[in-house]
Amino acid sequence: MKFFNHFGRYLLLIKGMFSKPENAKVYWKEFMHQCNDIGVGSLGIVSIISVFMGAVSAVQTAYQLTSPLIAPSTIAQIVRDTVILEFAPTLVSIVLAGVVGSKIASELGNMRVSEQIDALEIMGINTKSYLVMPKVVAALVTIPMLVIIAMVLGIWGGRLAGDASGILSTYTYDRGLNENFMPYNVTFALIKSYTFAFIISTIPAYYGYYVKGGALEIGRSSTTAVVVSCVLILLADYALAALLL
Amino acid sequence: MIEFNDIKKGFGEKIVLDGVSHVMETGKTNLIIGTSGSGKTVLQKCLVGLFEPDDGEIKYDGLSFTDMTEEERKQLRQQIGMLFQGSALFDSLTVEENVKFPLNMFTKDSHSKKIQRVNEVLERVNLVGVNKKFPSEISGGMKKRVGIARAIVLNPKYLFCDEPNSGLDPQTSMVIDKLIRELTLEYNITTVINTHDMNSVMEIGDNILYMVEGKKEWTGNSEDIIFSKNKKLNEFIFASQFLQDAKDMRMMQASGDIGVTDAEKIK
Repeated sequence: MKFFNHFGRYLLLIKGMFSKPENAKVYWKEFMHQCNDIGVGSLGIVSIISVFMGAVSAVQTAYQLTSPLIAPSTIAQIVRDTVILEFAPTLVSIVLAGVVGSKIASELGNMRVSEQIDALEIMGINTKSYLVMPKVVAALVTIPMLVIIAMVLGIWGGRLAGDASGILSTYTYDRGLNENFMPYNVTFALIKSYTFAFIISTIPAYYGYYVKGGALEIGRSSTTAVVVSCVLILLADYALAALLL
Repeated sequence: MIEFNDIKKGFGEKIVLDGVSHVMETGKTNLIIGTSGSGKTVLQKCLVGLFEPDDGEIKYDGLSFTDMTEEERKQLRQQIGMLFQGSALFDSLTVEENVKFPLNMFTKDSHSKKIQRVNEVLERVNLVGVNKKFPSEISGGMKKRVGIARAIVLNPKYLFCDEPNSGLDPQTSMVIDKLIRELTLEYNITTVINTHDMNSVMEIGDNILYMVEGKKEWTGNSEDIIFSKNKKLNEFIFASQFLQDAKDMRMMQASGDIGVTDAEKIK
């Protein structure tokens, strides 16, 4: 019963986002501000994670492929495909659910508790549209970009680690990257990143927007938002893999 | 003028407003008073549409707010200003940006014209030189004044204030009360104030609605309060011995048992 209550209110929040902006210029400014917060603000952590995830997967794949019958360039193929298919979209999205999700939930929660949302409502502003929509659109624009950056950096990290540890030369790695490449994998990863971006932005927005109470409840809703987002990302990850691969 | 009839509101089993009716007059400071939990905040939130009443009708200058579509309400809300208990300033924006926000949202004025209007209202609430400060860098009284400036920047017809004096010292409270009173008269606004503050009741109470357990208990003005025989009202307003003495003195003064100069001496 509680689930349906949450789900119904979540759908109403999504529906409420779609209304004519009171002033498109102000909305555009807010959208750009959110792009900066979500996209540029997360670039550092995404870059670090991506390079190391590629490097670690190169080293660990080499550790497991001990057979002399398997060409070393296969390591590059495995790194490429795991980074594109899983690590870049899913792992990065889970990290972003923590970084971006908690920020969205606590920002909206604080605005709710300190009556800033009520103040906007009184002014005649559609708060769902003004506060939530720019965040969702910014996430849909910037998160797939971050995922693409993560793909490139992850593959580059694998190349770097392979060369530095003497597992395979950069020439072999580059050759491996060009073997059996399926462009559909990138499309699939982008479909995943759009789905996850929607989850990462709307779920925390829901928990933040409807928070009741004080500082303790803001913290609680923030944590719940991150946990629920992560679980939904994993569920969506499986569902998309089962449907599209 | 805001008129409301038979407003009812409950949350689950609990009835918070039980058929409240009253008229808030234009150009006057209309006060809603009552103990904590008497329903005054819920009533004010129903009046501005933050809560939907279960029953009853609210009219703004004859127009039924209850029957309005969401779009019509949005239009009306542009004529409403509200000062919140905690000021509700946007903490990521400076004082100037806070006051300018409604102008950005609802007008197409040039930047310089907006800044001119912002400076005008900030000056009107006696705040000069704080334009670039953030809400966290100014005092509670200043925040209230910024809140008032933001509420009046679009020249509203209706001004709502929720506990405007909470958390302020008596002197600053008086300044805020005086400011609200002046603005009400200057712009001929229908002002509705939700308060606990007895000073406000006595100083600016043109039209007072006293509520007990979600019902209208008494109405009148600050003069009427002194002579009211309503037991609940007397217990609420003159709760302390000091206030009781002040009331007795005012009554004696009015009946001629004590002269004005004697009263001054006692003061």
